[in-house]
Amino acid sequence: MTWLRLDGVTRRFGGKDALSGLSLDVEQGEFIALLGPSGCGKSTALNCLAGLLPLSEGSIWQDDVRLDTLPPERRGFGMVFQSYALFPHLSVRRNIAFGLQMRRLPRAEVRRRTDEAIKLVQLEEHAGKLPGQLSGGQQQRVAIARAVVLEPSLVLMDEPLSNLDAKLRLEMRTEIRRLHQSLGLTTVYVTHDQEEALSMADRLVVLRDGRVQQIGTPEELHTRPANRHVADFMGYRNLLPMTVTAVTPAVVTVEGAGLTLRGTGVGTLAVGDEVVAAVRPEDLQVGPDGVPVTVEVVEYQGRELAVEARTAQGTMLHLRAVERPTPGDRITVVADPARVLVFPA
Amino acid sequence: MTEKTALRHRLAERGVDRQLLLLLPALLAVLILFVYPFAYGMGLSFQGGLGAYRTFFEDAYQRDTIWTTLQLALPAAFLNVAASVPIAYRMRGRFRGKRLLTTLLVVPITLGTVLTAEGLLNFLGPTGWFNRVLLDAGLVDAPLRLTNNYWGVFFSLVITGFPFAFLLILSYLSGIDPTLERAAATLGAGWWPRFHRITLPLLAPGLATTFCLTFVLAFSVFPSAILVGDPAGTTRVISIAAYHAAYEAYDYSLASAIAVVMGVVELAVVAAVLGVRSLFYTGSTGGKG
Repeated sequence: MTWLRLDGVTRRFGGKDALSGLSLDVEQGEFIALLGPSGCGKSTALNCLAGLLPLSEGSIWQDDVRLDTLPPERRGFGMVFQSYALFPHLSVRRNIAFGLQMRRLPRAEVRRRTDEAIKLVQLEEHAGKLPGQLSGGQQQRVAIARAVVLEPSLVLMDEPLSNLDAKLRLEMRTEIRRLHQSLGLTTVYVTHDQEEALSMADRLVVLRDGRVQQIGTPEELHTRPANRHVADFMGYRNLLPMTVTAVTPAVVTVEGAGLTLRGTGVGTLAVGDEVVAAVRPEDLQVGPDGVPVTVEVVEYQGRELAVEARTAQGTMLHLRAVERPTPGDRITVVADPARVLVFPA
Repeated sequence: MTEKTALRHRLAERGVDRQLLLLLPALLAVLILFVYPFAYGMGLSFQGGLGAYRTFFEDAYQRDTIWTTLQLALPAAFLNVAASVPIAYRMRGRFRGKRLLTTLLVVPITLGTVLTAEGLLNFLGPTGWFNRVLLDAGLVDAPLRLTNNYWGVFFSLVITGFPFAFLLILSYLSGIDPTLERAAATLGAGWWPRFHRITLPLLAPGLATTFCLTFVLAFSVFPSAILVGDPAGTTRVISIAAYHAAYEAYDYSLASAIAVVMGVVELAVVAAVLGVRSLFYTGSTGGKG
């Protein structure tokens, strides 16, 4: 059931579209990630939702109530900011209680719900401290508690993990997902980290230059990116400009830069079309009867090795190997045609 | 040899090294231009024991100058700070014409007291535009007396002190992270709670500092107290008393004593304000600057 509806949401800055025509239906309890490189309009979209930026065009509806004309304080959404935006002069407890006090709830209820929220994010020992006395991860938890204590109909998160170190980021990722499930909150989450988005969200919205590229589940985006930009963002590191030489219903054969590859076409393609062939490094393997390449760089990555190799014509390929090759080795690489995506250029 | 290097390392760790010599010129200037004259003045004021101070405090005509000056400087400083806050608050974001508006607000600083006084006399004087408009409109029967009394000096202090307070407060305000107010808005706070629960407490230390600085400026008022004031009566401020003692009575001891009293009163007010300030949060305000 559609519960929140964005209809052609557009925002311009000085005549330039920062976000153009974002239409999205959100179901109650859904976790949506807005994903894209910096400057793609994802934060603009979030600020438009929060009411911190007025829309240039379009509308936002919640259960047939038009929201985009309301100021942020009347939308009742919780927001977690990238910088956390904790009030530096208020203790952890008073930061979390702020929203409840603004709703003029009875003192006893404010106290009870604040206590619950503090417990939820495990900050009981730090309730009396000022934000400046907390670590980054603790500040992050205060910011989340402050947003969810109001039991908002929608929680907005603007790159909440980007200021944390790698280990903490993984922990908080699980933490946020756990909170989302236990509280049943509808969440819109902005990130530039595709791994974060894929692992947390029910559905992803990929943005580029203010335009929606694709909306879908993590699986859909991961296996069937709609265009080369989404593919690029989803970890298809090998993007090779090529030309179509043969088309059958199942397999497209492409050639270019001394390479011949067989892949799966996305959209209608004809012989002679300029295309981009996209392959993930993990789908290029060392094997017999493949493309001959010379190994240049080998990086150890735990269970496998990341290898950069160059073809005779000078095209760089990224691939994975299980056994360590030595730079300068000549190897041959192969790819499963089902895993090679061919996009119109 | 090793002991010598070790000593140098230990000193360097405490910040003692040859770069400290760079402080020397500034230190000399401060000693010659500030510390020595100050000590000399202190010495002068105590020539003949506490006699000069006794003369000052026993004579009501002299003693009352403290109160007269406070009556001018405290309300003027207060008004300057109070008027700057809403204007600076409205102007903290970016908007078209901000630079022009800031320039206009800051111009009085560059005018100097004498030009301001001239302007006040021409504008607010008995035959000035302001009174002529009021008279012609039939709002008053006789011109309002707004110069050569308390109000003339007060206006002059506001005109010269406001830009100063405004610039300081604007910079304090831009040091507060604007995201904090946006966060408060998403938590349901309207503009008034946003201002008085988030921005104002974070701004309070800056307001205290600004108040102290404008107060000290206003307390040493001298030219406008004579030019647009009533220097023999209601605006006989403490600096006039010191001037009379030094250059009309040639009583350097008394003049120095008055100067010291001036400093002590200023210090007392500043200490009181900073004492109140220490009750507020004084840490980081999240912004840059």
